[in-house]
Order: sequence, then structure tokens, then C-alpha cells
Amino acid sequence: MNRRIRFLGVALVLCFIALFMQLNRIQLFEQQDLQENPNNMRSVIRDFNRERGNIFTIDGTLIAKSEEIGGQLKFERLYPLGNLYAHSTGFFSFQYGADGLERFYNDELAGQTKTQRFNSLKDVFTDTDTSADLIITINHSVQQVAQDSLGERKGSIVVVDPRTGEILAFWSYPSYDPNIFGSADLSEGQKIWEELSSLPVGEDPRLPKMYREIFFPGSTFKLVTAAAAISMTSATLSEPEFEVRSTYLPPLTTVPLQNFAGSTCGGDILEGLRVSCNTTFAELAAEFVGAEPMIETAERFGFNSSPPLDLPFPASSVFPDNFGEKISETENDPPVSILENTPALAQSGIGQFNVKATPLQMALVVSTIANDGILMKPHLMHSFQNQNGDVIDTYDPVIWRTVLSRQDALSLQFAMETVASSGTAMNLAIPGVRVGGKTGTAQVDAARPDDTHGWIVGFAGPEDGEATLAISVVIESVPGEGQFTGGSDAAPIAKAVLIEALHVQGILE
Amino acid sequence: MQLRSRNAELLLLLLVGTIVVAGYVLASLGRSASIPANIVPFLIGILLLLILAHVAIRRFAPHADFTLLPLAGFLNGLGYVVIARLDNDLAGLQATWTLVGVGAFITTLIILPQIRRLEEYRYIMMLIGVALLVMPLLPIIGREINGARIWVSLGPMNFQPGEFAKIALAIFFAAYIVEKREVLAGSSTRFFGMPFPELRHLGPILLAWGVSLVVMVAEKDLGSSLLFFTLFVVLLWVSTGRASYLGISVVLFSGGAFLAWSQFIHVKERVDIWLYPFDDPTGDGYQIVQSSFALAEGGLTGTGLGVGNPENIPAVETDFILAAIGEELGLVGTTAILIAFLLMIGSGLRIALASTRPFEKLLSSGLTALLGFQAFIIIAGVIRLLPLTGVTLPFVSYGGSSLLANWILLALLLRVSHEAHTEKIKETPLKTESQ
Repeated sequence: MNRRIRFLGVALVLCFIALFMQLNRIQLFEQQDLQENPNNMRSVIRDFNRERGNIFTIDGTLIAKSEEIGGQLKFERLYPLGNLYAHSTGFFSFQYGADGLERFYNDELAGQTKTQRFNSLKDVFTDTDTSADLIITINHSVQQVAQDSLGERKGSIVVVDPRTGEILAFWSYPSYDPNIFGSADLSEGQKIWEELSSLPVGEDPRLPKMYREIFFPGSTFKLVTAAAAISMTSATLSEPEFEVRSTYLPPLTTVPLQNFAGSTCGGDILEGLRVSCNTTFAELAAEFVGAEPMIETAERFGFNSSPPLDLPFPASSVFPDNFGEKISETENDPPVSILENTPALAQSGIGQFNVKATPLQMALVVSTIANDGILMKPHLMHSFQNQNGDVIDTYDPVIWRTVLSRQDALSLQFAMETVASSGTAMNLAIPGVRVGGKTGTAQVDAARPDDTHGWIVGFAGPEDGEATLAISVVIESVPGEGQFTGGSDAAPIAKAVLIEALHVQGILE
Repeated sequence: MQLRSRNAELLLLLLVGTIVVAGYVLASLGRSASIPANIVPFLIGILLLLILAHVAIRRFAPHADFTLLPLAGFLNGLGYVVIARLDNDLAGLQATWTLVGVGAFITTLIILPQIRRLEEYRYIMMLIGVALLVMPLLPIIGREINGARIWVSLGPMNFQPGEFAKIALAIFFAAYIVEKREVLAGSSTRFFGMPFPELRHLGPILLAWGVSLVVMVAEKDLGSSLLFFTLFVVLLWVSTGRASYLGISVVLFSGGAFLAWSQFIHVKERVDIWLYPFDDPTGDGYQIVQSSFALAEGGLTGTGLGVGNPENIPAVETDFILAAIGEELGLVGTTAILIAFLLMIGSGLRIALASTRPFEKLLSSGLTALLGFQAFIIIAGVIRLLPLTGVTLPFVSYGGSSLLANWILLALLLRVSHEAHTEKIKETPLKTESQ
């Protein structure tokens, strides 16, 4: 009998070894899969039942807060200003997770970073709220003016301080009310969510177009082409000179490229920027700069990579990175390769073909020029404060890339000031302020020349000093609504926003 | 020698007390970041309870095994910490039941000085066992809760008679098999080359199978059904050494299980949930899916006591308590539970090996097997190794009947242990005397 009792023991041990192996599987090997399972609401429930920090603008306006409601979900997330900051804060939803700053800074807001948890250890005998308040760089009055001046036109406005990368205004219309998703009334949230989800992607107001949607940048991209020419070839603002004409025929094609509204223009790069001459920049890109320097310059400005913005999933702006095999060479010195797709390169040089950029990216292009060639990391976080009001973390400005030499940047600043004082961006000029600009009117579809995005990018600052603001405004084309041009539609909006921001900065009285 | 092992037991109990109190404090810190207000009475209460049981063993079964009481105390204590962290009201009840359980443990040791007395009452035990087993089926007092008709309600009290039936039946099986051992192990015919017991000797096994099927079908209690049948077959095999009993049983039980699966929706559901828990994660599969999420959340070391979210697992205080332990104490915690049960199984079977009389041998094997297989069945169900069958995790789960029955089971094991060692001491004269 003893032999069989021992055998029974062995059988039971085997049973328990099987249990141990299965526990290892669930708790270790499948742990990540289970935690990421869409049905696993554990992290959301946890975050929803916890204190969560407020979000304030730099000038102290409360834009997100948690309120204890004492239901099955302990807290509700409220956004006192409704849709005004929805694309920055995002939402914090029990059902749909989080987006925007709520998502990017979730751990800090919830008080769950390692530092916050470690610091709370010493307070183990008291119930400590470790959550942190987020202060963002947006200025409420600038944001408000941005919303008011765009009105009910679809479009986006991004204002950046070129010296630090701080974002001062971040607005896109249409927006949405994030309160609906932060509410404990889950059925209402679900109804709206499903309604919005049934819209075509471009019309969903949840989409923060300023950093997640890409548009043809049109003529604003000529700044990049000009930067490529000045920084990577022997060209200057006054050399070379291009023929005055109304069309330009790139190599290897029979389809000519036209100037805006059939006008004639030409001359040097400065003149090309001033009147926004398509033929000049198409030829400059295709036959003078060439594919490689164009690609390299665009990528230095941030194209083809995800910007280091402190928001989730920023879109990459696009510049084509391949124009095909070499066919022949130009006759100028040094010669430039003519590639299979050089006609596309000509189009790309004026921000058409497959070039697409987020409004944020174009703001970064001017920001780089305005900051003497140095591109700062764009960011919304200013600082974090714990619940005692102590600052626990501050965003120190970080250089993302050095794109241009100071000399080349100064040339481009001068060119942009000329565009604002006597060129297409005259509507941007502000008396007593140093302003530079560049307009863009981008065709959306070759078959519908009247549907255009209206763009303006620009910088502003004190008359005798460094630029303190960079702005990018786009008004989206609405089929059938007629043309939006950068000069007459986008520039007045940018001007109003810049004036408010200059007031805030104390540059305008 | 017995003094030394009793002292070791006391030392282990103090260790258990420390672990449990530390767990209780940590759980409170994790939940509300404060030391529990009743920590001093709790500390005194738990030490008093453990020492009371210890003194009873010293007095009434001084030669008994010294590991079982600390292990049971550890499981009961850890279970209490987790229950207290999940539900304050249940914690009060569980504390009361622990007190009653330890009381029953001591009482059993006192009123049962010799285990062989139970052998004489084998048929009464059978009657009690079967009566307890079918009690939930009676009208008026029988209750169906959460789809299983395993409850009896007498006045204000609800209890699960099945928990006590298993002990009565273990006593009966052990005594019955010892009595009929000759016959059961006797003549056989050959069937497909295998020794096969004669048909008339298959009677008892068929009867046990029948009863287990009734339990499974009428009470919808798959776990207990499996447990009773396993118990009987294991004892039959341990006693006779005839593997054919095991073979026949496996065939019979598989047949019964297949029949139940094909005929009864609730059995089919259980199997489907086991195989495809993520097909309906918010409906039928909710419990098992939430349990898996909890275990995964715990990972290796757990979220910490009081910091996890095991509340949303249905029946987390009873059947699914291991998932709560897994979430807050991680694989380390669940492994500790497995090891505690393995150690108890080891001690239980060592008692069986040390016993000299067949009844004691079989009884202690049976009680140990009950404890071990019950733990295995419920843990396997919680972690998707087997289809879920609702039984409690001995000593750990919330539940008065379960606690009471398991403390009595422990007292019986210790009684057998004491007798086995007493006999050994009598047989081997002290060295000083032999010289």
C-alpha cells in the first residue's frame, strides 16, 4: 500500500506542477497580451477612480479638471472651455481611453510616474494625492483670438515661439466638446462617439488637423526650396536670375507648369518669393538645386519624420524621397542630374505633387528661419505642479535640429520681410513690428483649379530684435465655396492672432 | 522528541502570525494609505487563536505532525487578509467562521481520542454522507444559488452540506474498502488481456459513479461530483493495487462527463467558456476573462496588497480568490499558495505512510487526497487549465461550511498522525533502556 500512497503523492505533485506552469503562462508569458486586450479595462478603471491633476494654460485658465461624483466611477473629467482646447487636451474617457495631453501625460496627471510614487512613500501614513497639475504653453487670449478670427471656416492655426518651441496657440475648426466623453453618463458619450465615427475621416471634429492632417503646402513650401538653393548651392537671393514668363516646361515632359492666374514673373529668388513665382521655383528645384539637396533640406526641416511633439501620434509631413533614375544632366555649372521624375521635382518645388505638410510643420519651417536656422522641439508642456503648488518639473527648451546657417537664415528672414512689406503677404504687415511672411494657395485637385487651400506662414517680433513669434494658418478648401488664397483670406487671420500675441508678449502696447 | 517538534510548531505559528499581520497592515496601507485601526486586537486575536490550537495539540495529540497546523493557519490567514481587503462585511463573518473552525478543530481532537472508533460507525457515516449530499435536493430547505443547488437553508443559516459529506464519505470509503479488501482485490477475469474484477465486485464502483452523476446532474455541482468519484477510486486503488479500477473509472467518468456535456446546457456552457473564454468576454466568459486579466496584472510580484482591482471578478471572495491573490501578490503569491498545499499533501501522505493499520492509512490518504484534489480542481478552473467547477479553495476561500469542514479534516489527520507516532515510540524502546 505504501508504494501506491507514494504514487498518489507523485500524481498530486504532477497536478500542481501543471498548475504552476499554467500560472507562469498567464502571469508572465501572456501577461502583455492580456494587459493589452481591448476588453481589459483595469488601467482605465484605476485611472478613473483616482485623483487626476488639472490642466491650466500658461496664464492660469483652467481647461481640464476632475470632479468627484461618487458613483460607480468616482470622478468625472470636465473641460470648462468645451471645444476650445479639445485638440490639445484630448479627452479622458472611461470607454474610449484617452487622447491628446490626457494620453501623453497620463502618468504625470494621475501621479503614477516613478518619481511621484517614490516621493509619496515618505507620506505613507497619510492619504497623499500624488497627481500633478499640467501647465501648458498656450496663452488663453491668443487661443481665443485664433478661434474668433477663423470663425466657422475649416482650418488650423499654430503659433510657436521660435526661440523655445513653445506653442502659444493651437486651434483647428471644427472642434468637439470633450466633456461628452469625460462624463459618467456613458450612454450619451457612446451615442456621440458613434455619430462622429460614422463621419468621413476629414470631417470628424475629433481629428486635430493641426498636427495629424497633412495638406498640400503650396507656395509656402517655396521657403524650403529657397533654403535648399541658398544653403546647398551657390545661389543667393540675387543669383541666378530666371526668365520672366508665364509658363515653364520642365525637362522630359510636354505639360507646362503655369504661374498663378496666368501672370508673368521671373527674376532672382527674392523677386520669386515676393510675387510667389511658380516658374522660378519650379526651375530652381528641378534644374538648379536637384533632387538630393531638395530631399535633404526638406528632411532637415522635419519632413518625412514624426515631429517630437508632446502629443500622441503626430503625423509626418511628406516630401517624396525618390525621383527615379538619372537620365541626363543640365548644362549649368555644377551640372544637376535630370531624373526620370524631374517634372515631379519641379512640382514639388512649389509644394504640389506629393508634398504634404501639417500646419504644425509649416510653422516649424518659419520658426527655424526666424530662429536663425535652429529648429527647437515644439511642445505644449510648460511645467508640472504637485498639489502643494510646488513646481516638480519644467520643460527646458531643446534644440531638435540645426537646419540652416545663421547667414542663410538671415537672408531668408530678409526675403520674408520683403514679401510682407511689398509682396503677396502685405496683409500681414503690422505697423511698428518686424514681420515676415509667405503666402500659399494650394490646388487640391488639378481638375478643380478653383478649390484651393489658403495658407500663410510668417514671423513677427520687435522692430530691432529677434523674432518672437512664428505662425502658420491654413484655410481648407471647401468644394464649391470658391478659392481661398493665402494673401486675402489667411493673412488677415494670422495678423489678428499675431497682434494679440504681441500684446501678450509686451511688444505691442 | 515530541517536545522538540511541538516547539518547532510554535515557532512556525509565530512566523505565520507575523506574515498574516504584516499582510493585513500592507493591505490596509495599499487601500487607504493608513494603518488599520483595529491592528492591536487583530494581532492579539490571531496569535491567541493559533496558540489555542497549538495548546490543544500539545494536550490532546502531542505526537502529531507539526507542519499541518502552521500551514493551515497560513492559508486561512492569507485568505482572511484578502477577504478583508475585498469586503469588510464578509471579513467579519470569515473571522467568526475561523473562530468556529478552530473551535471545531479543538473539539474534534478532544472528543475523538482514538480514530478507530470512526471505523465502527462506517455505515452511519455512509448514511450521514449520503443524507448530506442529497439534502440540497429536498424541497423547502434546499437552495439553488448561482446555478448550483448545493445549499441548505435552516432558519437564518445557509450552509453547504457537501463540504461535510466529503469527510463522512471519506471515513465510510476507508472503512468499507478495508472491510471488503479481500473481495475487492480477489479473483478476476481477463478482458482484453487486462485483469478485470468480476462483475459483482463492480457494484460499489458503479454505485459511487451513480451517486456522483446524480450530484452532477441534479445539483449541477461538477466539482464535488468529480471530487467524490476521484476520492473513491483513489482509495480503491491504493487499497487493492488494481490498476483496472483506475482504468474502468476513467472510462466511466469520461462517459458520464461526455453524456452530461451532450445533454446538459450548463455543462456544455462551462466547457465552451473554458475552450473559448474570449469569444464572449463581457457575457459568459466575463468571470474567467476578468480572472485572467487580474492574474496578468499581477505578473511576477503583484501590484501589492490593496492596490489591485480584483473587485470586478464575480465570486472573487470564494471560488476566484486565487485570482485576487495572483493580482496583488503576483506569481510569487500564487506559488506560495501552491507550495503550502504541496507541503500539506506531503505531510498528509507521510502520515499515511507512518500509520500501521489499513483503516488509518486509507483514511489519511483519502483526507489528503480530498484536500489536494479540491485545491487542484478549483485552481485549475480559475487559471483555465480545466473547465471551471465551483468548489472552494480549502482554508483560503470565504465560506463557513468550507472552513469548518476543513478544520475538522485537519483534526482527523492530526489524530491519525498522533496515533501513528505514538505506536512507533512504543515499538522502538529508548536507547538508554536497551543498553
